[in-house]
Amino acid sequence: MSRLNLNSILSWVDSHIIDYPTAMNLNYNWSFGSSAGFCLVIQILSGAFLAMHYAGETHYAFSSVEHIMRDVKSGWLIRYMHANGASFFFIVVYAHIFRGLYYGSYMEPRQQLWWSGALIYVLMMATAFIGYVLPWGQMSFWGATVITSLFSIFPFIGKEVVMWLWGGFTVGNPTLNRFFSLHYLLPFIIAGLVFVHLGLLHKDGSNNPLGIKTKTANVNFYPYMYVKDLVAFFVLLSVLSVVIFYFPNSLGDPDNYLEADPYGTPAHIVPEWYFLPFYAILRVIPNKVGGILTMGGAIAIIFLYPLLNTSILRSANFRPIYAVVFWLFVADFCLLAWSGTTPVDDYFKVIGAVVSIGYFAFFVFGGLFVGWLEKTLAFRALSK
Amino acid sequence: MFSRAAMEAARVARSVPLRARVAAAASAAAGAAAVGGATVLCDDAVHTVEYDWPHSGFLQTFDHAAIRRGWQVYREVCSTCHSIKFVAFRNLIGVSHSEAEVKKIAAEFEVEDGPNDEGEMFERPAKPSDRIPGPYKNEASARAANNGAYPPDLSLVVKGRHLGHHYVMSLLTGYTEAPVGKDLLPGLHYNPYFPGTSISMPPPLMDGQVEYPDGTPATVSQMSKDVTTFLAWCAEPEMDERKRMGMKWCSAMFLGLALSMYYKRFRWSPLKTRKITYHDINR
Repeated sequence: MSRLNLNSILSWVDSHIIDYPTAMNLNYNWSFGSSAGFCLVIQILSGAFLAMHYAGETHYAFSSVEHIMRDVKSGWLIRYMHANGASFFFIVVYAHIFRGLYYGSYMEPRQQLWWSGALIYVLMMATAFIGYVLPWGQMSFWGATVITSLFSIFPFIGKEVVMWLWGGFTVGNPTLNRFFSLHYLLPFIIAGLVFVHLGLLHKDGSNNPLGIKTKTANVNFYPYMYVKDLVAFFVLLSVLSVVIFYFPNSLGDPDNYLEADPYGTPAHIVPEWYFLPFYAILRVIPNKVGGILTMGGAIAIIFLYPLLNTSILRSANFRPIYAVVFWLFVADFCLLAWSGTTPVDDYFKVIGAVVSIGYFAFFVFGGLFVGWLEKTLAFRALSK
Repeated sequence: MFSRAAMEAARVARSVPLRARVAAAASAAAGAAAVGGATVLCDDAVHTVEYDWPHSGFLQTFDHAAIRRGWQVYREVCSTCHSIKFVAFRNLIGVSHSEAEVKKIAAEFEVEDGPNDEGEMFERPAKPSDRIPGPYKNEASARAANNGAYPPDLSLVVKGRHLGHHYVMSLLTGYTEAPVGKDLLPGLHYNPYFPGTSISMPPPLMDGQVEYPDGTPATVSQMSKDVTTFLAWCAEPEMDERKRMGMKWCSAMFLGLALSMYYKRFRWSPLKTRKITYHDINR
């Protein structure tokens, strides 16, 4: 590759893409990152084509989406790609985050890498929520009403803040129009942060399943990691294709095929599946301010996690107690999502409360206590 | 059920003029009929029967003869109250009718066009490119004609209800006498599949209500099946094309997956099969 290295730009390509050294023991869990980037590209491209036919105006938004579905050549394909692509983006990103949690990718020296990723995740949630408002169905409208109203918790100025977000006295045309603008803007900010994320990744290199430095067992990115990522892309595309072509509405809510009606509240306002865990935490607290702050805390604690760590080992492969706690957390997170879909009555409320506590317990207990416990037990065993 | 935040949101949203609030209350009182889909998760209805539709499989298309019969049922029965505003006459061409037939069907409808050179709006016979006109000018006239209830647009009804076509079929065939002790408000009818079980729509179908040119006996269940198939097509007119395209895409992706897996193995096998041995040269 010395041929490339004669040129300053091409040498950058060589050292960061072609001959970039990667640990050879990376398993397929390390392909979720590149798959997430691939999802972002799918979303931006399909979104750009949708925007060519969409009208960000309350009287036309719903019928312009139907126009895309019925009159635009392959419009249904672009829209189903975009709608289901968002869900798959979240599936991949959740898997990416859980991989980081399992293998300790948030630990020193990669804390900033974790924070940049968490920031991308938060922006993704904002983008997905705003995008869900655009078709102007019942869930779009009422979801927007609920989520924007969360900002009314600011003391004294809460109501004014909410009206400022709406651009009026209720969710209406100014809201929809600015959401359309923001929905086109935010993905490019995410794309910028993706490069920050990659830059921070290349500072220390990828973590690996052993959680140790592997300077002696590295391979070039091309072709070794490239082929693995290629396999991952095709797995993603295969599953996505089956959903797009055969079950395109299975991840959506039927209520969003009813046009927004400010006078008819749906019986259940339910967010898209990827927000359900946080929605469950929001509604388990029987107090508005408390619920919103707890939900905010659930996201904030993701940022805090690198600081809560007391373990000196990265990979859960060598941390038996943490591994159990980790899988309990995965189960807890799934239960939390399920709990977000259940009616709020006594029986479900108790389960919701337990799994919400479980969520926070993982970050505090799994970070602070388990690391200390494993260390203590290990040193005791060694000193015998 | 709502979360606190949702209720708070609804409260803030309702800080709109009183007139609007009265309208909201009135529309709620006029019957849950108008917001049927918004109440799908309620537990106050019998669970929808799930039928074995001939168009639900991976390799199955719509039953186009049923779409044609269903259009007839819609035209002769449902269209008295319900619109299908997102469907154009031209959409029927090649699906259930020929172009000549669609031109004839369209010409039976009048649509408003204009303004003409004198600046006047005028009525003209519809063309295949027009969307199918509904029975009412607007929601208010629809409510006025229907005892306050609003017959929903049916172009998306199959996608806009939980279990879509199963629900529509169950609803159409589900009318029955109200059980003893169930008080119905005047003008409402009992249907156990409808959320809340009191529906404004009277039983729309009776045996022999339409006469099928193809000789199919027009029983209630036959007409329900046909019109449900028609409405399923209205909601997803792309379904046949989607499934055919899906076969091509999925085949290509599975092939790509197989090839990339082979390629990965090909590239990695030297690394995976290497042997590292340790020789102590000092021994």
